Amino acid sequence: MSAPAPAAPGLRPFSAMLRREFAGYFRTPLAYVFLAVFNAFAVSLAFFVGGLYESGVASLDRFFLYHPWLWAFLAPAAGARLWAEERRQGTLELLLTWPITVWQAALGKFLAAWLFLACALLMTTPVALTVGWLGEPDWGVIVSGYVGSFLCAGACLGIAAVASALTRSQVIAFVTGFLACFVLVLVGYGVFDELLAGALGAGGVDEFRRLGLWRNLEPFTLGLLDARPAAYFLSVAFAGLGLSAILVERR
Amino acid sequence: MPLVEAKHLSKSYGAIRAVRDVSFSVDRGEVVGFLGPHGAGKSTTMKMLTGHLRADAGAAVIAGFDVADDAVRAKQRLGYSPEGAPAYGEMTVREFLRFAADLRALPDAAESVRRTLELCRLQEVAAQNIDTLSKGYRMRVGFAQAVLHDPEVLILDEPTDGLDPNQKFEVRRILKEMAATKAVIVSTHILEEVGELCTRVIVIAKGEVRCDESRDRFLARGADLNAVFRQLTA
Repeated sequence: MSAPAPAAPGLRPFSAMLRREFAGYFRTPLAYVFLAVFNAFAVSLAFFVGGLYESGVASLDRFFLYHPWLWAFLAPAAGARLWAEERRQGTLELLLTWPITVWQAALGKFLAAWLFLACALLMTTPVALTVGWLGEPDWGVIVSGYVGSFLCAGACLGIAAVASALTRSQVIAFVTGFLACFVLVLVGYGVFDELLAGALGAGGVDEFRRLGLWRNLEPFTLGLLDARPAAYFLSVAFAGLGLSAILVERR
Repeated sequence: MPLVEAKHLSKSYGAIRAVRDVSFSVDRGEVVGFLGPHGAGKSTTMKMLTGHLRADAGAAVIAGFDVADDAVRAKQRLGYSPEGAPAYGEMTVREFLRFAADLRALPDAAESVRRTLELCRLQEVAAQNIDTLSKGYRMRVGFAQAVLHDPEVLILDEPTDGLDPNQKFEVRRILKEMAATKAVIVSTHILEEVGELCTRVIVIAKGEVRCDESRDRFLARGADLNAVFRQLTA
């Protein structure tokens, strides 16, 4: 008896990967802690630090203002397990000898984590509804802010994926991922301007600031649909995804 | 056509040459005992055969497909249990096997899982998290994912390590049942297993093949297998 030749696997390995990784968040308390922390911070930063209520303006720009900070901290927390956990458990060796390409596995993992971050973001819709109840916001601007925040999360997750591919420790993956994202947040606030003014000149410094997270999220929160910030977030996300796959493949 | 071909495989870790120019082939119906002391290059050779490690030189071919150039097709025909039988601890046995079946795109995943649970006598722990299982059960789960798709080639790195005598007997029983239609490579450092399980023996030491012969010829080398082993691997 000999088994018939296996058929080409198609997209099933990819979708199995995506589903396992997404469900994986909910197998441990991590998901619920994460969702609670994200919402607590998103809401309290907007209201207590940003003064969303006192501003008297029916808009969410004070809510989105803090999202680069939130994602810089929480995307690496959600992304730390992507590869580090596979290495620690030894399952990476299984995964790499199963008939799935590293690229399919990497994409499945990445999209599952991004979807999970999207769930966290969608749970903040009561904030938008509150603003809608208190005043008459421009819903188009709010939707565009959410889209921007989602893309920003993807960029941070791309960085987190690279950090996770480099180590077997989730803690190290989280800390390095967070530091890298943190630098991108600071770049947007011009923290490095003086340091770089000599080398880049005034125009160069401003261009450099464009590499920060906030500079790219801001247009979305104003309802400005521009291809450049979207392209920025997506390129960081997919560059990170690609680099993480290469790192795993080259182990 | 042999089902497994190792062609001049070599691998170095930095300055350490773990495997040097290892070649052999395994046909259907053979159970090859892969023997050698710790650090001899057994696991490294297996990792190259299964496509987990890229060889520095040479090639590994599974059922006619090169594991580097035709990876997916080679891996579809291969079942592999790495040393220590790693698995996703937070999943139940059934979920884990179901995931493996979906990842392999098996036509009837549910039926493959049911049959494998039965074959490996895992039914009573099917709903338990793998983390909570004893070592014996965990080794069987690792074995189960390797045979789930009834592969033509089975490569097992120390499948009986840490098992009690009854469990060892079980694994050997299942292996013998399946051996006729497959090419099997089993690494072990338990010499008694050679006589009970294998049809052929490959001894590897310091990254080189020291002996590749039938079980009977190997057993005829001397009554004291430990002495034979020491002499071959010196």
